[in-house]
Amino acid sequence: MAVQLNRLLAQGNPYMAEEIIRLTGIHKAFAGVRALQDVSLTLERGKVHCLVGENGCGKSTLIKIIAGVYQRDSGSVQINGKEYAHLHPIDAIREGIQVIYQDFSLFPNLTVAENIALNEQLAEGRRFVNWRHVRQVAQDAVNQLEVHLPLDVRVEEMSVANKQLIAIAKALRQNAQLIIMDEPTSALTEREIRTLFTVIHKLQQRGIAFLFVSHKLNEVLEISEAIIVMRNGQVVSTGPADEYNTTRLVFEMTGQSIAEKSYDFTPDLTQPALLRVENLTVPGALHDVSFELRRGEIVGVTGLLGSGRTELALALFGMLPIAGGHIEIDGKPAKIRSVQDAIAHGIGYVPEDRLTEGLFLEQAIGRNIVVRTIDKLRGAMGLTDPAQVTQQVNDWVASLRIKTSNPALPVKTLSGGNQQRVVVAKWLASNPHLMILNGPTMGVDIGSKNELHELIKRLAGEGMGLLVISDDIPELLQICNRILLMRNGAVVEEILPRETDENALAAKLIED
Amino acid sequence: MQATQKHNSFMNRLMGENQTLRLFIITVVIFVGFSLVLGDKFFSIRNLQSMAVQFPEFGILAFAIMITMLTGGIDLSIVGAANLSAIAAALVLTRLSGDGGAGMPLEVTIPLAMVVALIVASLCGLLNGFLVSKVGIVPILATLGTGSLYTGLSYVITGGPAITTTQLAFIGNGSIAGLPIPVIVFVVLAIIFAVMLNRTSFGFNVYMLGTNARAALFSGISDVKVLVRTYWLAGLVAGIAGIIFLARANSAKPDYGASFILLTVLIAILGGVSYTGGFGTVSGLVLSVLSIQFLSTGLNMLMLQLSGSSAAIFFRQFAWGALLLLVMVVNYYVEQRRQRAT
Repeated sequence: MAVQLNRLLAQGNPYMAEEIIRLTGIHKAFAGVRALQDVSLTLERGKVHCLVGENGCGKSTLIKIIAGVYQRDSGSVQINGKEYAHLHPIDAIREGIQVIYQDFSLFPNLTVAENIALNEQLAEGRRFVNWRHVRQVAQDAVNQLEVHLPLDVRVEEMSVANKQLIAIAKALRQNAQLIIMDEPTSALTEREIRTLFTVIHKLQQRGIAFLFVSHKLNEVLEISEAIIVMRNGQVVSTGPADEYNTTRLVFEMTGQSIAEKSYDFTPDLTQPALLRVENLTVPGALHDVSFELRRGEIVGVTGLLGSGRTELALALFGMLPIAGGHIEIDGKPAKIRSVQDAIAHGIGYVPEDRLTEGLFLEQAIGRNIVVRTIDKLRGAMGLTDPAQVTQQVNDWVASLRIKTSNPALPVKTLSGGNQQRVVVAKWLASNPHLMILNGPTMGVDIGSKNELHELIKRLAGEGMGLLVISDDIPELLQICNRILLMRNGAVVEEILPRETDENALAAKLIED
Repeated sequence: MQATQKHNSFMNRLMGENQTLRLFIITVVIFVGFSLVLGDKFFSIRNLQSMAVQFPEFGILAFAIMITMLTGGIDLSIVGAANLSAIAAALVLTRLSGDGGAGMPLEVTIPLAMVVALIVASLCGLLNGFLVSKVGIVPILATLGTGSLYTGLSYVITGGPAITTTQLAFIGNGSIAGLPIPVIVFVVLAIIFAVMLNRTSFGFNVYMLGTNARAALFSGISDVKVLVRTYWLAGLVAGIAGIIFLARANSAKPDYGASFILLTVLIAILGGVSYTGGFGTVSGLVLSVLSIQFLSTGLNMLMLQLSGSSAAIFFRQFAWGALLLLVMVVNYYVEQRRQRAT
């Protein structure tokens, strides 16, 4: 890599040495809906840039244009000083642009070495694989990162953080000069983030540029040198990172100042608890979990991956067989053996993975909203009444402010935050008493996140009980009146937000 | 790029968004094409009538394939179930009425025969539904197995030869207000299916389950309920087709209509039913049935005219296979185009 950079410098073209990408006046529309409007920006060699903005602001579209996946409607794209009238993905790769998506695009069934090195063996059109060469190449790439990765282990057995490092090593093998990373820190622990940042600093010194797309504003400010803020398809603000702080970023992204208030709650102790769980046990996942949740309460559940937080939600929603314990709803014993049982008891569940569990991606937004209530929207002769369906869809699109030009479009056309609102709308339409939200704002931008928080508080205010599973500590502290800490399948502590702070809770989370 | 897209808007409509319109145009083109080439041999009242009594046999079965495909499955046992129900009906008719029968009046035995056929068909469908939903066998394998089971059962019952009875011929050959009764049955089924799929929660759930079974589970849609009902309906429709088989052929035999499986799958795919589930309309299916019938008759006449022999019947099998593959390839490219456009 360094050799290449030196070669470029030696050619005496300072223009090329500084800028990798210059975009000027980019416009892009999808089916008449404007996605990007007059976007201009430059990315420089050896710098870490960060692209921030709310969901649907055009970040993903912009990245896809840089990577050659989408074609712009107008404007110019210059890469390494060369103008591209029509940029193909293969051109972008040749110019050293590598995009690392959140799923990393690795082969889980192949080893680390194979994932890093096989690509170029294929590209070279080799008929037979030289395994020693593969291993050597992979080792070199890993050494460049100055990290330790076991080369012969299959990728599916590696942690998320290590998969990310593998993806970076793979990008380096393909002569990356600009590495674009989508939400690089969202699934990493504090320590893994440190490792990632160290690796990035090293590569940066060798002239490799980075473009991060992130929602975690603190981390953005820590690692980036240049900030690019987008709103509604336009670049609204750019500049060196030291000119920004969290408040300014939020303001630039949303166009408004947001102040979150914590949630106050006084339980009505004359009523029985909405949900009482006693010694709930699911073999291999939960043991002796007990807690109460009253109407109007927002109870947080947190813990590391594998602590049983998701299993608790699945058990209450009838998706895991309950081996022991006792559940009461509104003071009456409840048997929850299936999803239908849970729904009959007024429980709704917003799942962790909205793409595969929460949504019917190819179906219309409207159909996704009425899936729970279609049986009730009946008119003459007991048949579904299209007018009632349209009415309900329009009501929810309006009241949850789902941004779409037409609810008949597939739900996959929406951004993450809007998709999550569709999942929430689906449940709210069926009037649940208790909503379990698993990672309600994961992968959702700050503006949508605040709106979702306000919605959760409003629902609680209207008498609903909410169980919020999250590892976003500030989120839990802002919206919950109690937090249950889980470890190894058990609730180990109940925490009151007013008696703790972010650091204390974070420390407790990783304690053994 | 935008300019060329506007120029191509008619092509776009033909290739892209409105699948029903595309199919309608294809159907009309096939019909007009054969009428021009074959003249009044094709475009005549007599030929139209002859086609009208042919298509309901497989057209009705196509609804059974369609609804199972909408859930992301398939039912390969429908022809086996149709023949088994036809044999059951024929047995009732020959044993209880007619020559050498128990001498019961036809007013009793004909409705009884139909009810028995539909009960047998329902049981066939329910077994499929049970295997697919409760046991969790992949639909294609479960119904391949049961299809062979039903056909085998038919052989065991009949010992091989056909059971002949002309007592349902009034259905096979009869007509009401100029419309052959099988066509009326087809139209009524089309209306029932259209209403069921578009205006009932069951139909809604069929589409949702076929789109994403996991999200359906997380949304409280009971896959067992939907699937059992779907395969039961497919069986029931097969039973109706079986009665039409018997009424048209005046006999029931275990190996009738063996080519209908491939044909109905072809119709569904051509009609825009997604083989991965979740998408497909009754209007598309009906247009597809019509264009297949036009093609079938037209190709037959054309081959006969060209070769002067009846070897044409063998060519048809080839043509269906080729057409199925062609449609899938075209669909693939249309889908790619659409993905790129958005």
